[in-house]
Parts: sequence; C-alpha cells; structure tokens
Amino acid sequence: METASVFHPGLILIAGALVAAPLRGNLRQAATLLFPLFALFALWQLPDGAAWHLRYLDYELVPLAADKLSRLFAVIFTLMAFGGALFALGQKSRVEAPAALLYAGSAVGVALAGDLVTVFIFWELMAVGSTLVVWSAGTPLAWRASVRYLAVHLFGGVLLMAGIAGHVADTGSVAFARMALDSPAHWLILAGFLVNAGAPPLSAWLPDAYPEASWSGTVFLSAFTTKTAVYVLLRGFPGTELLIYIGVFMIFYGIVYALLENDMRRILAYSIVNQVGFMVVGIGIGTEMALNGAAAHAFTHIIYKALLLMSAGAVLYQTGRRKCTDLGGLFQSMPLTAVCGIIGALSISSFPLTSGFISKSMVAQAAADQHLLAVWMLLAAASAGVFLHAGIKFPWFVFFQKDSGLRPAEPPKNMQAAMLLFSALCIGLGVYPDPLYAMLPFPVDYAPYTGAHVVTQLQLLLFSGLAFFVMLNYLKRTLTITLDVDWFYRIAGARLVAVIGGLISRTLASGSAALARRSGALHATLLRQHGPEGTLARTWPTGSMAMWVVVLLLAYLVLYYIY
Amino acid sequence: MEPHWLVRPRTIRRLWIALIAVLAATIAAQFVVDMHPHFGIDGLFGFNAWYGFGACMLMIVGAKALGLILKRPDTYYDTEEDRNGNG
Repeated sequence: METASVFHPGLILIAGALVAAPLRGNLRQAATLLFPLFALFALWQLPDGAAWHLRYLDYELVPLAADKLSRLFAVIFTLMAFGGALFALGQKSRVEAPAALLYAGSAVGVALAGDLVTVFIFWELMAVGSTLVVWSAGTPLAWRASVRYLAVHLFGGVLLMAGIAGHVADTGSVAFARMALDSPAHWLILAGFLVNAGAPPLSAWLPDAYPEASWSGTVFLSAFTTKTAVYVLLRGFPGTELLIYIGVFMIFYGIVYALLENDMRRILAYSIVNQVGFMVVGIGIGTEMALNGAAAHAFTHIIYKALLLMSAGAVLYQTGRRKCTDLGGLFQSMPLTAVCGIIGALSISSFPLTSGFISKSMVAQAAADQHLLAVWMLLAAASAGVFLHAGIKFPWFVFFQKDSGLRPAEPPKNMQAAMLLFSALCIGLGVYPDPLYAMLPFPVDYAPYTGAHVVTQLQLLLFSGLAFFVMLNYLKRTLTITLDVDWFYRIAGARLVAVIGGLISRTLASGSAALARRSGALHATLLRQHGPEGTLARTWPTGSMAMWVVVLLLAYLVLYYIY
Repeated sequence: MEPHWLVRPRTIRRLWIALIAVLAATIAAQFVVDMHPHFGIDGLFGFNAWYGFGACMLMIVGAKALGLILKRPDTYYDTEEDRNGNG
C-alpha cells in the first residue's frame, strides 16, 4: 500500500467514535467536539487527486482521493459533525454520539472514495451508524423504526453491490466515474443510490425513521444519508434526464405530505425529501450551472435543515412534545429558539439574504437557461410550496398559532450555541455567498442579487404566505398520519404473511389428515396380515408345517436332478 | 394576565395591514426594476404573485383531497403493547 502521508478525514471521525465510546463526562464531550476539528484539519491538508492507492485482488483501489466536488461534501459533513456534536453534548444515551461520529465519518469516506468498492464499504458503514443513531433513542417505537430503516437500507445496499459487481464484470474497472444508463449494472447502481436519496417508491423510510430518533439524533440523520446520495448521483449520473422527473415527484410528494402532517419533526423530514428533490432535478438537468446549484444547495440545505431540526429538538427537549396539536405560543418563553427556527425556515424558503436564496435559485436558473419551461414552472410552484409547508407551517404551529399554555425555558447553553452558529452560517452565506461559490465544482457565473430576482422571489414567497393565512382553516392540524408506501411493508406485508402462513398451516393440516387416513389404512392392512389374528400370524397345525417342509424338500430334489 | 403584545388583536390587525402593504410594494416594485422575463409567461403582470398564490391554493386543496383518502388516526400503526400504555 503506497500512500501519500496524509490522514483520512473520514477515518479520523470513525476513530473518534471508537475513542468516545468508552469515555464518560467531559472527556467524552471533548472527544466528540475535537475529532471533527481534527478531521477538518486533515481535510485541509489533503492534496487534490488520489492520495492513497491499494492493490486488492486484481483491482486498483483508491480509498482516498479529493477534488472540488468531494471536498465540498467532506467539508460540510465534517462541519455538521461538529455542529451536531455541540448541540448533542447533553445527550444521555451512550450510543448516540459515537454512532453519529461513525455515521459522519463514513459519509466523509464516501465523499472521498476514488473507487466503487470503497464507496460501497463506507455506504454500508453509514447504514450501520445511522441505524444505531435511530435505535439509541431507546423507545420501542424507535427500535421498530430502526429495524424497518435498516431493512430498506440493506436492500439498497444489495442493489448497489449487485450493480457494482456487474459494472466490474462489464468493464474490469472499479473506478468511480460518470456512468450512462446503458447496462443493467448501471441501472442497479442508480437504484441503490436513489434508495438513499429518498426517491420513490421507497421515500417513506425517511419520514418513518428520522422523527423516531432522539431530540439530537434527528439533527445528525438529516444531514448525511440523503446528501451522500446527492453526491454520488452528482458524480455518477449527471445529466440523466430521468432524474428530472424523479426529482419533481420528490418535491411535490414532500410538500403534500408535509402539509398533511401533525408531527413537527415529521414535517421537516418530508421537507428533506422535498429539498433533495430540487438537487436531483439539478443533477438531471446536468449543465454546469445546474450541477453547481445542486452541490451548493446540498451544502446550504445541510446547515438550515440541521438548524430547523435543532430548534424542533430544543422544543422536544424542553417540552417532551412533538405534535403541532400539543404545541403553540412557545415564542413567548423560547424567543431565541423561535428566532433561530425562523431563520432556518426563511433559509429553506430561499428568502433573500439567507443561504437558500443563493443556492436553490441556481437550479431554477439552469432550467430557464435550458428553456425547460415546464420544469421551471414546477420549480417556481414548488418554491412557493416550500414556504407554505416548511417556511411558515413549521414556525407557525410550533411557536405561534394558539397558546398551548406551555412556558418552557430556553434549552441549555450548548444547544443555543449550536443554533446560533448555524443561524450565522445561514445568514452569512446568504449575504456573502462568494466563499461557497469558490468551493463549487465548476466556475460560477451567477449573480443571485439582481433586482428582478429579489422582486420575483419576494412576490412568490409573500403571496404564498398570504395563501397560508387565507387558507388557515384548511390547514388546521388533526391527530392523524397519512398513509405512505411503508403501509405496504408494515400492514399489507404483515397481512400477506398472515394469509400465506394460514394457507400453509391449512395445507399442512389437510395434508396430515390425508396422511393420517392413509396411514390408518396401512395400519389396518398390517393388522389384517400380521396382527394377532392375521393371516401370517395365525397358529398353524404341526401337520401342515411338516407337509410344507416335505413339499419344499421334494421341489429341491426335482430341481437338483433337472440341473 | 395581559396577553403578549404580539398576540393582541390590535397587533394582529396591524400585522395584516403591514402584510398587505408589503404585498402591494412588491407588485409596485415591478415598475422600477428591470424584470427581463425569460419565457414570456413570466412577463405577465405580477406573474410570480398570482402564480405563487394560485399554486399554493392548488397544493392545499390537492393535499386536502389526498388526505381524504390517505389520512388515518395517528394510532393507526400502534401495536397491542402501545395501546396498553407500554409504548
């Protein structure tokens, strides 16, 4: 193994998980904060190009490589590990923080992988880390959700593994480069990537599992899995037209389900699918502007979505409640949490002066540049819808609406600090996007702050706000959930198993009845022939015995003379 | 107890007035800003305002309609254990 003398930032985070696991108290808190900083430093030292080489079997593996795209994602994943750890310092679970470091480290590992085998290994480690994060919430609901979550991701992993094996068999190369949808292997790889992106038909794993994690666990979960999928799609399948349609579906699926949802963190989980949809559309359009937009949007999205989930996590931590119907009026006693939540909400809605404004608009601009009128119209409607389902709905129902009478205090200082840090990043990037633009994979020729762009965006958003308050009666929260594809494996699958099980046991029962009848008949025959009164078991007179012996001996004599 | 100033009816009325004023201002801004529409349809007067408003109405009604079919009580997936209060 010849390697440049650099450390692997992802492995540093994974080492951090191993170091932090046995520690307690301050030492453990220090470890969870320091290792992301070490990783950030190692990332800074990392040269462009392949840094580690490894020959395994007949393949040239490149476990560590960097270019602008992978660096962008590795930086935001590492930053997220730090911010999340700061928020989660008070977490009582001993599993969650190490699991989150493992999770973040393997996401960085995917971003810095130069070959498909390394991608796959870190991909599966990520599934392990994230499942542990869900599971460590320690409730029966979280346990069951984590099992469902793991099942979906292992299925995705199987698709990916099969695809990679096919790709290697076809091409003889394990290099991770751009692929066309020209072979079953590449379709399988795409499907494996899309499972993690939260694409249809399996989107339901995300809103099913993420909201069951702890108040801090969901913050970590929002960042890595889906954005790693965005990264691999950016590298493997840019310009694949199919992705435009998949992305548009994800966008509207997220909006509609979030509008119907009552659980504050599930609203935000649906809006992850929605936001990843914007990125997937950008990847599908595939121009430099679109790919830059998708990458930039992944970067800003991780920050503002973590911020939104931190403010929701702070509310959950302080009140123990997560349903909109139980919340409301919290701005009075949690003003800082409310303001940070609103900053996240404005960012996700792409309000001018926030980070979403300078990233999401690049995707819409790319659609316009390619004259994709329908896509552009749908993206504009979707931008309005984002403000509706996340931008206003989340802060309104949690911090305002009716007064729930709850007067929780602000969360502990470290949680406030994490929220303030991410709020500052949201506004900082919104006001001064140049550092982010400089990190994007292609040169940026885009000015977000034109008069026309600001005015059109304000019109779009503010009139969506008007629609929200005009239709408020139709948006009243109810104690309901909305059925999703997970119904098929939670209810229909269970019923199918019960039906098939019933069929099998009935078949077995009738089979064994037939068997019993047959064996009864056999028994009767045996009894007739060999039973106490049976033909062959009867007592025979000695005379007949002697006669049969004479017959046998005579037959013997006759045969002897003949031959 | 006096309610928080932000939720008093008078404040709420003022917020509505302010919102409508801001909405009008964003429309008025079209006259002073060079809009350079790209497609044609986006050059219609106040396109983003009425399009955004209409799209939101449609999404709310659409979601509501879907909800009629797909909504269930939030205890739908609970197991026997959850119902007995062990969840």
